[in-house]
Amino acid sequence: MTTTAATLGFEQTGDGTLLVRLSGRWHLPDGVPSAEPVERELTGQHRPRAVWFEAAGLEAWDTSVVLYLGRVEEVCRRHGVAVNRGGLPAGVQRLLALAEAVPEATDARGEQMDTGVLERIGVTTLEAQESVLKALEFVGDVFISLGRFVVGRARYRRADLWLLIQQTGIEALPVVALVAFLLGLILAFVGAVQLQSFGAAIYVADLVGVAMARDTGALIAAIVMAGRSGAAFAAQLGSMRVNQEIDALATTGISPIEFLVVPRVIALVLMMPLLTLYADVVGILGGLFVGTTMLDLSFTLYFQQTAAAVSLASVVGGVFKGGVYGVLIAVAGCLRGMQSGRSASAVGDAATSAVVTGIVAIIAAAGAFSVIFYVLGI
Amino acid sequence: MADAHITVRNLTMAYGSFVLQRDLNFAVNRGDIFVVMGGSGCGKSTLLRHLIGLNEPAQGEVFYGEESFTHADPARRELLVRRIGVLYQSGALWSSMTLAENVGVPLEEFTDLSAAEVREVASLKLSLVGLKGFEDFYPSQISGGMQKRAGLARAMALDPDILFFDEPSAGLDPISSRRLDELIVELRDSLGATIVIVTHELASIFAVGTNSIFLDAESRTMIAMGPPTELRDHADNPTVRRFLLRGENGHE
Repeated sequence: MTTTAATLGFEQTGDGTLLVRLSGRWHLPDGVPSAEPVERELTGQHRPRAVWFEAAGLEAWDTSVVLYLGRVEEVCRRHGVAVNRGGLPAGVQRLLALAEAVPEATDARGEQMDTGVLERIGVTTLEAQESVLKALEFVGDVFISLGRFVVGRARYRRADLWLLIQQTGIEALPVVALVAFLLGLILAFVGAVQLQSFGAAIYVADLVGVAMARDTGALIAAIVMAGRSGAAFAAQLGSMRVNQEIDALATTGISPIEFLVVPRVIALVLMMPLLTLYADVVGILGGLFVGTTMLDLSFTLYFQQTAAAVSLASVVGGVFKGGVYGVLIAVAGCLRGMQSGRSASAVGDAATSAVVTGIVAIIAAAGAFSVIFYVLGI
Repeated sequence: MADAHITVRNLTMAYGSFVLQRDLNFAVNRGDIFVVMGGSGCGKSTLLRHLIGLNEPAQGEVFYGEESFTHADPARRELLVRRIGVLYQSGALWSSMTLAENVGVPLEEFTDLSAAEVREVASLKLSLVGLKGFEDFYPSQISGGMQKRAGLARAMALDPDILFFDEPSAGLDPISSRRLDELIVELRDSLGATIVIVTHELASIFAVGTNSIFLDAESRTMIAMGPPTELRDHADNPTVRRFLLRGENGHE
């Protein structure tokens, strides 16, 4: 079988008819011809009164023919020229008729309103206000439910709480250890470069110990947990929303906040202080590693120096911060999860947003703590 | 007989400024199998969400018996909600729990049964929907039709007065869907519950429905009310007839 490319022919007959001749093999990947030649004929000297199609030479056709004919008919409609489809294959005629069968829904495409800058600023502001109010309402609900938990009236499953404690606590140990150790190492190196030039390398122990205990231990544990548990909470609650599981809780008469959010907040509030302590110790070990191997400090000396530098108050302060960060991570993760839309991509957005919200909240809280602790002289 | 279990007065449902349905007025009588029908996207499922309190009406009220559900305070509302059971479109089983735990949660929360008794009741409910022996399966381990039946077992856990079904036969093969219909009628007869079904499956509508309303997407309100077979044979509105006759003309 010979393959002939798609070809078009135009012929003006004496009685004012333009004959459009389609022939060859029409194949969509080869492209669709433009309707411009037809338009030229229609606006030329001899204006035809009607357009007839002729397809005797058409060997094969697909969507490209239908598309082309649609364009031609659109042009004809614009110029008020009648169209006769009689010469087309029956299948093409049926497809064209089908495409026209239901008139275009006028309101289906959505209003493409031309919004001005001012209007957009206004709408954005209102949306921001709305989202802040919603977040506050959520936080309020969480604290009321926490109160019910404290007096033992919250409805939740103890097994869920244990599982969450395991997931947010024990299972986070390796990654917290890795990050804290490396951070201790980094702090020690940064300090060593400066302190060695004064011959005060031993103060690396003070630097690492104090930094870890006061701030960095809690901060690094919190950032790891925001990425790990905050995102997990948002994804869990988000997919429960997609699957209507949260609706099902509500219509069973169980508050989703008590059942789902409170155990998550409790789990992180219990585990974050412990993870903070753990990060402190591992971070100090990272510093010790640098001290003993690179700076030729003895193990005992380093240990004594650290013990003397790190006060109980700074350790307790750090652990307290860890607990607060835990609340922030859990609330941010659960808030984003409960607000998630009802699609797969919305769950992904919720998880991302949970991590971002969590980390921003942690850093903001860390800044506030620094000021407060400085003023209080702790 | 005309003992209204749920009454809807002047209900208008809207998402923001977009009105989905307006001026809905109907009553569901005790013991009815009440079908909410209409084309896709007309607001059937949203109406169900309003009836069970997941969405708030833009206007109007929903009454349970004589009592306003819309204006009930949260504590009272919780009590009313405990008397209903809902079967969601996808089953909405809690995916982190086994079937027995799913059915057991409402029992644990709202009864003083011991753990062993909860388990026993859960097994019984599961056997009522033909899932005996699947107690320790997780929702992801069973088929869609089984998930739906397990969802029904959970909805029935507290022997509710009213059962709501959101598209019960969606995604089921004809035989499973028919079995579910039979189960629905069976449950109404044995438990004496009122049943509200949102669906557009004609076979189910005629098989189980004792009363119905028809929501129209175009005029955004209800355009017919009555037993489904009667609407099919005698409705004045051409849209309703076309729907119930599957687009075929009414001429025999």
